[in-house]
Amino acid sequence: MEVKDKPGIYVYGDKQLDRAEGEAIESLKAHCQQPIPDPDRWLAQEIQRNVLVTTVDGVLNWARKFSLWPVNFGLACCAFEMIATAASRFDISRFGMEIFRPSPRQADLMIVAGTLTWKMAPQLRRIYDQMAEPKWVLAMGACAISGGTFVQSYSVVPGVNRIVPVDVYVPGCPPRPEALLYGIRLIHDKISKRSIVTEG
Amino acid sequence: MTLAFSGEEIASQVEEQLPESIVDSSQDSLVVNSESWLAVATFLKDTPGLDFDYLTSITAVDYYDYFEMVYQLTSLKHNHSLVVKTRCYEREKPRLPSVVSLWRGADFQEREIYDLMGISFDGHPNLKRIFLWQGFQGHPLRKDYL
Repeated sequence: MEVKDKPGIYVYGDKQLDRAEGEAIESLKAHCQQPIPDPDRWLAQEIQRNVLVTTVDGVLNWARKFSLWPVNFGLACCAFEMIATAASRFDISRFGMEIFRPSPRQADLMIVAGTLTWKMAPQLRRIYDQMAEPKWVLAMGACAISGGTFVQSYSVVPGVNRIVPVDVYVPGCPPRPEALLYGIRLIHDKISKRSIVTEG
Repeated sequence: MTLAFSGEEIASQVEEQLPESIVDSSQDSLVVNSESWLAVATFLKDTPGLDFDYLTSITAVDYYDYFEMVYQLTSLKHNHSLVVKTRCYEREKPRLPSVVSLWRGADFQEREIYDLMGISFDGHPNLKRIFLWQGFQGHPLRKDYL
């Protein structure tokens, strides 16, 4: 075989071969005195930073609580306080519920704001029936709670709880936006106590 | 400013054309016999110079002995107005002529009065309850309702 004059690449003879091998090992050993760190060691830190462990109830209720969309309707003067609650001064969007839905099918919360007449009652019930579960009802103002000043009237429903089940009653004539916000917070508290086990 | 006619002023004009149609007249209004009310209304609307082409409002009042209808008429052409009243002494089934044929705006207001006072209007195209529902018992704005 032809001998090429290139040392280190073509080695012939036992001594040369052994020496080259020994040098390679010595060189590697010299460079590998420290252990190589785990390349995935950052993962532990990132997982701690980004992964939460919770219950299904907890995360579900948290999501429901802060995306409570009300139906967009008002029956009487209480509706103006509801509108004020939604506007910038009181700003209902702080609680994730600025999206008043015109369709009951996309809504979770029905704010009965105002006087309910018997003629309007079937429509209110229909809106309630069209809302998807889970749903909540807030009776806002004296009229919605009990009929208010019109309690003995020929045309007014004495309390909307005769038509739909009510979760929270907010008194006032009309209630101020702060009162409505407090009522909404009470509904939030109610939601956070729910559990998928008992929902059935 | 709209000129408000006194009842006396118009009463003499009406009496010339339709004798014995006026029951009473005062500074505020004139009271028309219910039988001749439609003729008087037509006269008030169509007579040149009067031209009451706009019906501002209709009200019904329960005075126990009779129901009184109050019609507020306006002429947009001449910018003047008049209050005309007519009475119905029947309590069980009160009837009055409808003025929808003269003023279309009377449609819903007569229905409201029919609904809450129980006065029937002859010649109304669609006389049924407007606020309350079909099957409601009684007429709530009557003084003897409760």
